[in-house]
Amino acid sequence: MEHAMAAQTAFSNEGERHWPIEGWTRVPYWVYTDPDIYERELETFFYGPTWNYVALECEIPERGSYKRSWIGERQVVVVRGENDAIHVWENRCAHRGARVCWKNKGKEDSFTCPYHQWNYALDGRLQGVPLKRGVLKKGGMPSDFDNAQHGLRSLSVHVEGGSIWASFSENPLPFAEYCGEDVITNLRRQFPGKKLRLLGYNRQRIPGNWKLYFENLKDPYHATLLHSFLITFGLWRADTQSESIPGEAGHSIMVSRNVGKKKTEAAAEIARFKESLELEDSDTVTPRPEFSDGKVVAITHFPSVVVHQQANTFGMRHVIPKGTDSFELAWTFFGYEDDDEEMTRLRVRHANLYGPAGFVAMEDGEVLAESQLGVHHYGHRAAVIEMGGREVERQDHMVTEVLIRAFYKHYRSMMKL
Amino acid sequence: MKDRIVPIVQSVPRSAEIISMENGLRSLYEEIADILDQDEVEKFPSYFIDDCMYQVVSRENYSEALPQAAIYCDGIHMVRDRVTALRETQVFVPRIWRHFISGVRITGISDGDIHARANFLVTEAMSDADPTVFLVGQYLDVLVHEGGSLKFKQRLAVFDNHHVRRSLIFPV
Repeated sequence: MEHAMAAQTAFSNEGERHWPIEGWTRVPYWVYTDPDIYERELETFFYGPTWNYVALECEIPERGSYKRSWIGERQVVVVRGENDAIHVWENRCAHRGARVCWKNKGKEDSFTCPYHQWNYALDGRLQGVPLKRGVLKKGGMPSDFDNAQHGLRSLSVHVEGGSIWASFSENPLPFAEYCGEDVITNLRRQFPGKKLRLLGYNRQRIPGNWKLYFENLKDPYHATLLHSFLITFGLWRADTQSESIPGEAGHSIMVSRNVGKKKTEAAAEIARFKESLELEDSDTVTPRPEFSDGKVVAITHFPSVVVHQQANTFGMRHVIPKGTDSFELAWTFFGYEDDDEEMTRLRVRHANLYGPAGFVAMEDGEVLAESQLGVHHYGHRAAVIEMGGREVERQDHMVTEVLIRAFYKHYRSMMKL
Repeated sequence: MKDRIVPIVQSVPRSAEIISMENGLRSLYEEIADILDQDEVEKFPSYFIDDCMYQVVSRENYSEALPQAAIYCDGIHMVRDRVTALRETQVFVPRIWRHFISGVRITGISDGDIHARANFLVTEAMSDADPTVFLVGQYLDVLVHEGGSLKFKQRLAVFDNHHVRRSLIFPV
């Protein structure tokens, strides 16, 4: 009986995991619901040889400042150590596995696990074990116990213009190489090395598979249709000069331009263009020119973050998976330390577009939740991804799903599917 | 950029006058909760003075004094624009919200400004699911008399939730 059940399970998994013959123009819905696939994704991407966004330097301004963050479902702590060195270590005591750091943010001279008070330096080295030599010559650690072998597990760290990235791999690719040329160029455009200023957070729990979020930001097609706020006020429209650029390692870039409110032939075709709609506070949709190239750029940096620049708002959208059907989206809004008062005011206002209550982003949370509900128990069906053709090369428009196709090309090769 | 007004918290005498003012506030808060629950959001801006601040903000941002808020309205125009966007542009799954308000308390009075706080709890029900607790937190308000009624100079809905579950669609 047991044997028969095992055989049946194996058979049904195999059946469900058949990738449609059309290839990357189809996405089988089991990629959003299968727990085994999810575990493999965590190992392959988040815990594998990737670079993951964890924090901004401006969040941990002083020696000993720290912040808890996530890579996949694993919690890590990001710490500013001696001589401004940035350390990232697993929030898991080397002794019994308890979380060492119990607060989201703060400042410490060293970290002591509350359970047995093992004490760690800012870089994660084990400094002290209470009662290591025992009491009254009884107990204690074996004489050959070596503190150096029992520190917190440290990760590889890279700092790029004030953004902090970490990898569980001891020998990851150099960060710029992992990004690829287009992505690193666009990252450096927004992170040129100027000091950053933290403006605040938004945290959202979206009941959908974490990949849906990356796909959402690889889908300029939906943005021209769903988000009437963007369309109406000219922040993102199909009839502007734009680019859809697939990158290395699952990354991609969408480029558009803020053109303002205007009626064109294309706009007339877009049902959600609201010609008569006026805001009383037009500041919310009026960017102050900032980049000489006039572009609006959204980078999906796989597997951990979407980086946005839209109007005058900048944000890191950290994607933190929480099972097959849920993820946390942790938004960190920021500007530059040398922004004038007016620019900071605009950045905070324009952030009304984003977060769980954003004029734009709220709608993404809604459609992603409904997508997850829609695919539930339809693992044998597949999404059709043919807008803009069936190829995976860059395109100079946004009426396309090329970035999703290119993503699944990478995904299948990494996941061996 | 306008900063949030720091709440005045002093020992307010529990006099008949203060208790009567608190009863008035309680009635006002319940009236606002009712218009929101009844989907009459168009009336919401009328409870604010022109030079107002309205925010729905996480405790995380509030306690670190970070300016960002989930809903950020600086001035009555932005409050009205929230209503316009909600009615004219935004796409969301219909659901029912219900506000529960408790612990209305005047914490300080200064130059005619009444500083008050109260707890809120908002439930959310999709049409094919049972209600869940959506958002819990504290109002930190500054009210003034204008045209014979009390209006908000500042209303901060500071929520205790670590996450907003799914989407924040309506004012709180």
